[in-house]
Amino acid sequence: MMSTPHRRNDAAAETDDVLLSVQDLQVEFATSAGVVRALDGVSFDVRAGETLAILGESGSGKSVTAQAIMALLPKPAGSIVGGQVRYRGTDLVAEPVSRVRELCATEIAMIFQDPLSSLNPVFRIGYQVAEPFRRRLGMGKREAWARALELLKRVGIPDAETRIRDYPHQFSGGQRQRIMIAMAIALEPRLLIGDEPTTALDVTVQKQVMDLLADLQAETGMGMILISHDLGVVADVAQRAAIMYAGRIVETGSIRGIYDTPAHPYSQGLLSSIPSNTAIGERLTPIVGSPPNLLALPTGCSFHPRCPFATEVCRTTVPVLRQPDGWEPGHVAACHRSEEVLTHA
Amino acid sequence: MTAALPPTIAIQTMQRAKRARRAVTVRIVTPIIVIALFVVGAIFVPLLYGFDPLHTEVLQRLLPPGSELQDGSTAIFGTDQVGQDLFAQMMMGARVSLTVGISSLLVAGALGVILGLFAGYFGGWLDNTLMRIADVQLAFPGILLAILLSAVLGSSLWNVIVVISITNWVVFARVTRSQVLALRNREYVESARTLGASSWHIIFRTLFPGCLAPILVVATVEFGHVVLLEAALSFLGVGVPLGIPSLGTTIHNGTAYLVSAWWISVLPGIALAALVLATGVLGDALRDRFDPTLRSA
Amino acid sequence: MLGYTVRRLLLAVFVLWGVVTVVFLIVRLIPADPAVLVGGMDATPEQVEAIRHQMGLDKPLIVQYFGYLVGAFAGDFGTSYTQGVPAMSLVARALPNTAILAVLACSLALIVSFPLGLLAALKVNRPADRAVTTMSLLTQSLPGFWVGVVLMLIFSRLLQWLPSAGLDTPDALVLPVITVALPFIAILTRMTRSGLLEVVGEGYIATARAKGLSERIVIFVHATRNAMIPVITLVGLEFGTLLGGAVITETVFSFPGVGRLLVDSILVRDYNLVQACVVIIAAGFVLVNLIVDLLYGYLDPRVRLAK
Repeated sequence: MMSTPHRRNDAAAETDDVLLSVQDLQVEFATSAGVVRALDGVSFDVRAGETLAILGESGSGKSVTAQAIMALLPKPAGSIVGGQVRYRGTDLVAEPVSRVRELCATEIAMIFQDPLSSLNPVFRIGYQVAEPFRRRLGMGKREAWARALELLKRVGIPDAETRIRDYPHQFSGGQRQRIMIAMAIALEPRLLIGDEPTTALDVTVQKQVMDLLADLQAETGMGMILISHDLGVVADVAQRAAIMYAGRIVETGSIRGIYDTPAHPYSQGLLSSIPSNTAIGERLTPIVGSPPNLLALPTGCSFHPRCPFATEVCRTTVPVLRQPDGWEPGHVAACHRSEEVLTHA
Repeated sequence: MTAALPPTIAIQTMQRAKRARRAVTVRIVTPIIVIALFVVGAIFVPLLYGFDPLHTEVLQRLLPPGSELQDGSTAIFGTDQVGQDLFAQMMMGARVSLTVGISSLLVAGALGVILGLFAGYFGGWLDNTLMRIADVQLAFPGILLAILLSAVLGSSLWNVIVVISITNWVVFARVTRSQVLALRNREYVESARTLGASSWHIIFRTLFPGCLAPILVVATVEFGHVVLLEAALSFLGVGVPLGIPSLGTTIHNGTAYLVSAWWISVLPGIALAALVLATGVLGDALRDRFDPTLRSA
Repeated sequence: MLGYTVRRLLLAVFVLWGVVTVVFLIVRLIPADPAVLVGGMDATPEQVEAIRHQMGLDKPLIVQYFGYLVGAFAGDFGTSYTQGVPAMSLVARALPNTAILAVLACSLALIVSFPLGLLAALKVNRPADRAVTTMSLLTQSLPGFWVGVVLMLIFSRLLQWLPSAGLDTPDALVLPVITVALPFIAILTRMTRSGLLEVVGEGYIATARAKGLSERIVIFVHATRNAMIPVITLVGLEFGTLLGGAVITETVFSFPGVGRLLVDSILVRDYNLVQACVVIIAAGFVLVNLIVDLLYGYLDPRVRLAK
C-alpha cells in the first residue's frame, strides 16, 4: 500500500557502515479532528561520518521522524504504527521504550530548535552538561564537572571556567545552542540528530553553529541528521538530502545532485523560490497553493494539486521512490514525471 | 485513503477524546439541573409547607428524619429544636443562600468589572491606585474582613450582601483588567478608535464583550465562595439576623444537639456542599469549553 | 536579588500600614458610640463622657489616628474593655496556639498534596486523576465549619477518641488541624497538578528525555523543580484562606487561639481587642507572603540573577 523503500543499489546496505536504517516508518497522531497520518512510509539510511539533511516545510513530518527514532513522540497522541527503525541492526520500534532511552545520549543524541526553552532554566549549565556523566555513567560530581568544562571549551564557550556556573538565561542564543551541543555529544554518540538547530538563531550565528557541527563530525566520525526548512543553511555540511512533503519522502539524493538537478516538482519549486542574489529585481516564484491538510490528503500524489507537471496518473496513483531513467545512482524521486522535471530544470 | 484502519492507539485516544467532549456537556447540564432544583425548592417548598420561622411546635421537637408528624405528613429530614420541619427550614435557608449569593455577585461583579475596565483601559495612576488598594485588601483573609465589617455594620440581610461584595470585588476587577490589557491593542479595538469611537464606547461596547467569557467563569466559582462565606458568617452569628434562617444558622443551632439530633447540623451542610459543588463543576466545565487558558487551581 | 528584596520589603511595609489604617477606619465607622457600649445602658451622661475621655474618643480624628498608629507599631492597642488588661497581652497569649495550628495544618497540607498532585499529573485524564480532581473539588465545596462539626460529632462525641474543645492535651490539636488543612490540601493538590502539567510540555523536558534520563528523574528533578516555583507563590496567596479557616475552626472547637479571641471580642463589641486581633492576623499573613516572595526570588535564578 505504501511506497516501497528504494534500496541503495550497492549491496553495502547491510554493512556495519550503516548506522541508522529507517524503513517504511509510519506514524499516526490522534487529534480532536481525526487521526492524522504524520508519516506515511518514510525510509532513509544514514552512515557513519555522513550527514543527511531532511528538508521540508512545517507539517511535512520532519520533526516527527526525529521524535519517532528516539521514542520521543508525545504520548498518548502519537504512535508508531508501522515500519522499522534499525539502529546498527536492532529495530528500535520493536524494543520497549526503556531500552530505546538507554540508547539515547550514548548512541543517538538530539539537539532541539529553541535552546532557551530546551535548557532547564533553574539548573546551572555545568550541572546540565555534567548530568549525562553523573546519571548515565555514575561519575562523581567533581570529575563530571571537569568533563563538562572540557566540553564547554570544546564548543567554544568563552571564559568557560567562570561561566560554567551560570544559568541558561545568562547566555546568548548561539551560546545556548553550543551548550546544547556540548550536552548532546558528552557521551560520544555515534549519531547526532539536529532538529532545526539553527532556525532560532541569527544568520551569522547559524554559520558558526553549523561549522561547529561539521568540525565535531570530522573529529568523531559520527553520523548526523540535520532537519531544516532552510536549504541554504545545510548545504555546506550535508552530503545527502531527503526532501519531505506531507509525511512522505519525495526525493533523496546527494546535496549537489538535488540542488543542481531536482527530480521532483516540489524540490524544484523549493529551490526556485529561494531568493537569490543573482536575481535581484526579479519577481519571487513561490509554489502555488498551500501545504496540504493532513486530515484530508489529496488522492494519489499528495503534491498534485500544486504541481505544474501533474497529469491524470498523478491524481490516481501514489508514486513510489524510483531512480529516474538514466540518472545518477542514489538519486531517487517519488514522481511519475521525473524525466520531464529534469529536462525542464 | 478509505481502507478501514485497525484500532490503533491513535484511534483509541481519539475515542477517549470524544467521550471527554461528551462528558463536558454532562458537566454543564447536570449542575444546571441541580441548581435549578435548588431554586425551585427554595421558592416553593417553604410555601407548600407553610413555613413560619417564628412558629414552634414543642411536641414535635428533635424528631429524626422520616418521622411522622401530628398532621400525618412525614418530616423527610426530621425536625429541629423548636419543632420546625427541617426540610422546609433548609429550603428557606436555601432562599437566603441564593439571594445573598446572586445579589453579592451582582454587586461585587458590577463594581469589580467597572473598576477593572477603567484600570485596564486608562492605566496610569488609576490603575496603580486600584491595584494598591487591591493588594491591601488581599492582605486581609476574606473571612476576617467580612467578620470585621459585619460586626461594624450590624446584622441585616442587606449588610451581609454589602459586606460580601466588598470582600469579593477584587477577583472580578483583576480578571477584567487582565483581559482588557490583553485585548487593548488588538486590531478591532484600534479600528474602533480610528473610527472616532469615544472612550466610553470603546470600553463598554468594544472591550467589555470580550471580557464576558472569563468573567462568567469567575462568577460561577465565586458564587460558591460567596454562598460558603454567608453560611460561615451566619454560623458565627455575624451574618443574617436571627429571624432569618440561614443554613449557617441552622447548623449552628444544631451543635447544641449534636449527638441527640445530628441531622440538624449535618443535613444543611450537605445541601450547601451540593450547591457549591454544582457551581464549581459548572464553572470548571464552562472554562474548559470556552477558554482553557484560564485553567488554574 | 537585592533590588527585588528591597521592593518586596517596602511593599510589605506599605500593605501593613494600609491594613492598620483600614482597621482604624472601619472600627471608627461604628454607628454606636463605644463609650456608651462600655458604660452600659445605665451609665449617666457624665460617666459616658468620662469614659469617652478616657478612651481618647474626644480628640480629633487625626490625633486619634496618629496615637493609634504609634501605638500599633509599638504593639499597644489599648486596654481590652471586657477584660481590663492590655489587649496585646491577650493576643500574645493566644498567638502561639494559632501559630502552631497554622504551621501544622500547612505542613500536613504540603505533605499530602504534593504526592496527590503528582499522581494526578502523571496519570492525567485517567481514573486516578479523575478521582483526585473530583475529591479536591468536593472537599473545596464543603463548608469549613461544617467539616469541623461533623468531625467533632464522629470522633469526639460518638467515638470519644479525641477531645472536642480547648487545648489541654496535644491530641486536642488533631481535629482542628485536619479541619483547617482539608481545604488547603484540595487547593494545593489542584495547583501542584496544573503546575506540573504546564511544565511537562516544556522543551527542557524533551531534552531531559533525549538525554536518556529515567522518567523518574525527569519528573522528580527537572519537572518538579520548575513546577514548584509558581506553586509556592500561590501557597502564599492561599495562606489567607488557611488563616480564615483557622478563625472559624477555632470557634467550632473552642480552640484558645487568636481567631476565637477575635470572634468573641466582636460579639461583645470589645473594639480594642478586635483591632489587636485583626492587625496581628493580617500582619501574619503579610509576613508569610513576604517570606514566600523572597523564597520565590531565591528559587528562580531568572529573578535572583536578573541583570
